[in-house]
Amino acid sequence: MGKTLFDKVWDAHVVDSIENGPQILYIDKHLIHEVTSPQAFNELEERNIPIFRPNQIVATADHNTPTQNQHLPVRDELSRNQLKQLAENCDKNNITLYGLGHKYNGIVHVMAPELGITQPGMTMVCGDSHTSTHGAFGTIAFGIGTSQVAQVFASQCLLLTKPKSLRVSVNGTLKPGVLPKDVILYIISKIGTNAGTGYFCEYAGDVFENMSMEGRMTVCNMSIEMGARGGMIAPDETTFAYVKGKEFAPQGEAFEKAVAYWKTLPTDADATFDKEYTFDAEDIEPMVTYGTNPGMGIKINAKIPDLSDASFEKSLEYMDFKKGELMLNKPINYVFIGSCTNSRIEDFRVAANYIKGKQKAPNVTAWLVPGSKQVESQIEEEGLKTVFEAAGFELRQPGCSACLAMNDDKIPEGEYCVSTSNRNFEGRQGQGARTILASPLVAAATAVEGKIVDVTKALSLEEELI
Amino acid sequence: MEKFTTLHSTAIPLEIENIDTDQIIPARFLKATDKQGFGDNAFRDWRFDKQGNINEAFALNNPKYHGSILVAGDNFGCGSSREHAAWALAGYGFKVIVSSFFADIFKGNALNNGLLPLQVSEGFLKDLFEVIKTNPETVLTVNLEAQTLTVDGSNLQTDFDIDPYKKTCMINGYDDIDYLLSKKEQIEAFELSR
Ligand code: SF4
Repeated sequence: MGKTLFDKVWDAHVVDSIENGPQILYIDKHLIHEVTSPQAFNELEERNIPIFRPNQIVATADHNTPTQNQHLPVRDELSRNQLKQLAENCDKNNITLYGLGHKYNGIVHVMAPELGITQPGMTMVCGDSHTSTHGAFGTIAFGIGTSQVAQVFASQCLLLTKPKSLRVSVNGTLKPGVLPKDVILYIISKIGTNAGTGYFCEYAGDVFENMSMEGRMTVCNMSIEMGARGGMIAPDETTFAYVKGKEFAPQGEAFEKAVAYWKTLPTDADATFDKEYTFDAEDIEPMVTYGTNPGMGIKINAKIPDLSDASFEKSLEYMDFKKGELMLNKPINYVFIGSCTNSRIEDFRVAANYIKGKQKAPNVTAWLVPGSKQVESQIEEEGLKTVFEAAGFELRQPGCSACLAMNDDKIPEGEYCVSTSNRNFEGRQGQGARTILASPLVAAATAVEGKIVDVTKALSLEEELI
Repeated sequence: MEKFTTLHSTAIPLEIENIDTDQIIPARFLKATDKQGFGDNAFRDWRFDKQGNINEAFALNNPKYHGSILVAGDNFGCGSSREHAAWALAGYGFKVIVSSFFADIFKGNALNNGLLPLQVSEGFLKDLFEVIKTNPETVLTVNLEAQTLTVDGSNLQTDFDIDPYKKTCMINGYDDIDYLLSKKEQIEAFELSR
């Protein structure tokens, strides 16, 4: 029987199998950041265990960093201390750190792919659930807890039980205005937030084959929001072209050799999956969420469903929405374009394209937060910064920012925020804040109009005007 | 890691589904660099309002309920991979979490901290909520060796699954690092073979 992409990469990394138990899986790359690593460093130090393979670890500071005045000392004492510990730990253990202000600094899931640290066929882990992002390259990448960070520090391996396989296929052509973010929000709204628990997902079909690497990263990023440990997309010419020439990617002959191997990775035609879902691209419209988990999404012009279970009602109460209500025309005061889901250059291009020649609505506070220093420079080089500034938008410095509101970028209590991030949990963007997940296009349109609008209509109107 | 064999305790019912790790421990409390003190902030925004007043309606604040077992709704621990959630629950004093479904990463994190995620059927969970609410002094017995959860003084009992390797670890208080370090030569041989 044929093998899946996941099987091939997994099997190539199994060091040993424990009878009736987990397998020892070798990890090629370990990404770390300031929030989930300090306790792991402490643990090793207490037990007097050295870091096994420091040159397979890359560190960045992202979760807890300010997005303004990054050249100044960090004001919050606890945050400053956490960043200092990361720097000290990396220094002591010979681990490469791209700290605050470094030209390679950025959100871990944005900086690693753009530097070519992420490559097809690898196993990668990070103490962060959205590590699934790197699966866009045909990589087995998943989030781990801090105990596991310590395990990888100690042995470059993890004890794991092989997950089951799931394939989500979307075929056909996406309508204009429908972005990768809408595709994944649509999928999660259809299958629910725990459909993927216990599974590793492969995304297949025309839509993903025709998608850019950045779009694929947006999709794989949110695999965890349907419960899956990770998501993957088969590497193809698009992948190879993206990786080629990147700072830490193999170069020259080594690259050609790698490509030859990467080409063997896609799922065999006769391989089978434990579970499969198939969707039509034509059914997907721009999406927004109305509730407090990412599965509570609807088409932007649809009504909030009328369900009657306790969790659903609790969720609507938190959001202060009513059953059967339309999301269209809801006034919105906050817009956030950023996070490891949507803070790459294509996301800012989409936003700038819409915003160009328009003005931000006066009621809206909009934060545009690039995912990395490199994206920040690209925004400037491509003239997007000028577009944003002319329209009254504030462009901040890279980091996780309002995605999890660990720094000062918090949405005030009771306010709605249309956000390109990945989680609309209660209080995720600040105590009492209400998050509506959407694509960068919907977010940009919301910022301009000051309310939720049907972007497909807005787009077709513009086309008529041309 | 502490050893775990059996536990007799009353339980606290938390009848909410999809409890994510942002609720168990909000991000603003993740700035510590050690594992201490997270218990104080477990379910912080459900236990207290913004002014720091106690939310009387929340199960953990209800004097009727106490014990080291938390019984929670379906899909417990979804969302962020933060192990701080497991530290917060263990720090608060829980030793067992019962639910009809656990998110993957949370489950692993809990097991790595000697906190037992005990999965039961939806029907059993419903019954469990009923008996605890009817009599908050109901004692539950968790027997890890036998893999059973029993409601004392009733005929309610269920088996539960646990990975045999993880079971051995919990009973003996071992962790994965000990095991992986014992395999170092094999890991080095694997590296050379690639
Ligand atoms: S941007 Fe948000 S989801 Fe992504 S790594 Fe940062 S906190 Fe996590």
